[in-house]
Amino acid sequence: MGFIIGAVAQGLLWAVMAIGVYITYRILDIADLTAEGCFTLGAGITCKLITIGLSPFVSTAAALAGGLLAGLVTGLLHTKLKIPALLAGILTMTGLWSINLRVMGKANIPLLKLTSVITMLEDTGLSKNYAAIVAGLVLTVIVVIFLWWFFSTELGYSLRATGNNKNMIRANGVNTDNATILGIMIGNGLIALSASLVSQFNSFADIQMGVGTIVIGLASVIIGEVVFGNRTILRSLIAVALGSVLYRIIIALVLRLGLRADDMKLISSILLAIALCFPTVRNIAARNLKNSIRKGGSVNA
Amino acid sequence: MLKLENVHQKFEVGTINEKHVLHGISLNVNEGDFITIIGGNGAGKSTMLNAVSGSNMITSGRILIDNVDLTKAPEYKRAKYIGRVFQDTRMGTASDLTIEENLAIAYRRGKPRTLKLGITNKEKELYKSMLADLDLGLDKRLKDKTRYLSGGQRQALTLLMATFHHPKLLLLDEHTAALDPKTAKKVLELTVKIVGENNLTALMVTHNMRDALRIGNRLIMLHKGQIILDISGEEKKKLDVPDLLAMFEKASGEEMSNDRMLLN
Repeated sequence: MGFIIGAVAQGLLWAVMAIGVYITYRILDIADLTAEGCFTLGAGITCKLITIGLSPFVSTAAALAGGLLAGLVTGLLHTKLKIPALLAGILTMTGLWSINLRVMGKANIPLLKLTSVITMLEDTGLSKNYAAIVAGLVLTVIVVIFLWWFFSTELGYSLRATGNNKNMIRANGVNTDNATILGIMIGNGLIALSASLVSQFNSFADIQMGVGTIVIGLASVIIGEVVFGNRTILRSLIAVALGSVLYRIIIALVLRLGLRADDMKLISSILLAIALCFPTVRNIAARNLKNSIRKGGSVNA
Repeated sequence: MLKLENVHQKFEVGTINEKHVLHGISLNVNEGDFITIIGGNGAGKSTMLNAVSGSNMITSGRILIDNVDLTKAPEYKRAKYIGRVFQDTRMGTASDLTIEENLAIAYRRGKPRTLKLGITNKEKELYKSMLADLDLGLDKRLKDKTRYLSGGQRQALTLLMATFHHPKLLLLDEHTAALDPKTAKKVLELTVKIVGENNLTALMVTHNMRDALRIGNRLIMLHKGQIILDISGEEKKKLDVPDLLAMFEKASGEEMSNDRMLLN
């Protein structure tokens, strides 16, 4: 069962990333690829700052700020310069590759024996996985409560309506550009924050580590919503966090079937494809079931 | 109150698809006017409302409300003055938000959005009683997402949202056209009631000539982007549908060829 603990730890570290993706993908209805570059950015900033001697907490906060900034760039490209959201995200993601190398100074920063949030928790006697579970859980709970509150404010309502029906919310006097920018910023801020924790757990930042982020995020969002429901915002937020954990457990189980870690990206894509087509398949199945019942009924009659 | 001065609207300017939809519309709407707008397909009825609301920026001319020049103001800034109901029943509400959340958004129309609670308990009571007045059973469904409502229910809700806080101007763009006849009648009656009780200034596009004659104090007819008929008061009351058709032919030099309008 040890591997389950590891998967839960990973899932909780990445949960906030999934929630970030949820905000852009579900609330704003945008597939935002900034996530890929933003994840590396969060990790890079954190490890760089820790290696030059700043406190892990300051380094983590700085990652959040970096993510907000990356989101701001994508948001401005999309709203003010009218670049389609998908392309705006790709532009920022690509640009971030160079920025990340500049920030990190090299392609890989190891933390070695430096103090991180995770090592601080380990010092209290926890094992590494449990330290990750505590850190991930605390951050996720804080983020879920914050977003639950935020999405119940006037501003939060505007954001949700912006993703839902731009015409309606404009007719009600909201500047949808600003709402969109704010949403993309929050989403990417959370992604960088999660990346910061992940890098502290891994004890390194790597220029490649963001690759595949969006697929993992989307898979977590969709698995979470399908399994745990999405009737209210709070329910969705918790579902997405649990979706992230479930995703890691599925991956861990698949790896135990004999697949290699190199196969991870392929598995992630297949998992996301299955999750994405799930509603369609369910509808078809429901229709077939209905038809067969009707047929059965007429025979009986 | 609302003033349109020589408004021109062109789309896709400079391309072979260039369309000149509004050809110099000038209109002076008085406080309390309830104007019905008729005209064939492509006459520019919806375009005119979109120009007023700011959904489309006009090519030339001026738009003023209470002598404030709003020609260049973006839609979200004009929202303070204008309530709208669209033909598409899905357009008026955010379908993934609940009834009460939609109402709360409309309740704050034109106000800056802050980090205060999006809806207060006091509001919930208010919304409940307002919805109870509609008599559509919506007062028991405050927490339902509006995607689960019928078209008629959504239109009634949108109407309520659009007329919160007595907007200076209410724009109705064939808001009953997508509804079944019985529901359409109900929503139209509700419209007349709300406009009357609040003494609102309203522009209503309709395809139904009898409604256009029966409702409101003034009627304008659009043809090819121009106002070809503008009648009000006693003169309007005396008209019937054949008169209107004759006036259209006289004014436009064409026969009314729109089946939808004739059949109505």
